[in-house]
Amino acid sequence: MSAAQVPFAIPTVFRIGPFAITETVVVTWGIMVLLVAFAALARVSSIHAKKGVLATLEQLYEAVEANIRAVIPERGGAAVLPFIATLWVFIAISNLSGVIPGLRSPTSDLSTTAALALLVFLYTHWFAVRYYGWRRYLRHYIDPSPLLTPFQIISEFSRSLTLAIRLYGNMMSLQLAAAIVIVLAGLLVPVPLLMLHVLEAVIQAYIFGMLALVYVAGSVASQDVHDRQKAGSL
Amino acid sequence: MTELGWFTIASTIVAGLAIAIASIGPGLAMGRVISQALDSLARQPESEASITRMLFIGLAMIESLAIYVLVIVLVILFRNPLLANLLHK
Repeated sequence: MSAAQVPFAIPTVFRIGPFAITETVVVTWGIMVLLVAFAALARVSSIHAKKGVLATLEQLYEAVEANIRAVIPERGGAAVLPFIATLWVFIAISNLSGVIPGLRSPTSDLSTTAALALLVFLYTHWFAVRYYGWRRYLRHYIDPSPLLTPFQIISEFSRSLTLAIRLYGNMMSLQLAAAIVIVLAGLLVPVPLLMLHVLEAVIQAYIFGMLALVYVAGSVASQDVHDRQKAGSL
Repeated sequence: MTELGWFTIASTIVAGLAIAIASIGPGLAMGRVISQALDSLARQPESEASITRMLFIGLAMIESLAIYVLVIVLVILFRNPLLANLLHK
């Protein structure tokens, strides 16, 4: 079986010493350059003058902010916004890049999604520690009862695993299904499937960011309840 | 039939059965989730935003069950680690 037929084999583009630079990495770099360049350009006033670009960006920002504020109100929401919004934008563009012929979306590689899930895992704990300090962060683990501590710890890891596998499985299976249909039916038949790809790409990006947000909020929300109980308002 | 032939047949049957069985549970669960969400939407249209949010998160959670099986099925079909035992015997 050739490498092209195996959905797991990601072709290596070139090598730097012992590191194989795969297609995933190259496409990711491309997306990063694109996003950073666009962000830098959008700050230039001549582009600001184009109302369409500005209005689109503002609407995007407002939608993201409204979504985040619905889950984490007040100062916590403003603090997580850069991270979650970056996740959303990056994953959406990555997922959508799979629609372009010849490109393989970076998120259909388990390495990318695992890296993203690892980031979310680290960020969740870092955020909880930064906002509530070590004592209250650790108290979160024995919160209802110390008997549940092992389960709390297991759930921390299992949800990161599912976060990675979910995005990877969805994007990889979409790409695989598209490839199979193209082999079977040729030119125009895969078009509905590609439309599904576009829809699914956006939904999966939304879900990934939303779950990351809920995980971050989870460490904050239980703390807030704790605080209010202590203050006697609950 | 050769051992490799049996291996191929077994892998194919198992892969098909696995994904078929694995679709049943999430399918039923998603149906329930969506019907409940529509029910709550009909009762309280004003809480649409939070219902939709929870609906998507819940669907993602349920869907991931089927996707675990899909990943395992693809491993069985394309990258079966047990195949090495058979080939290098």
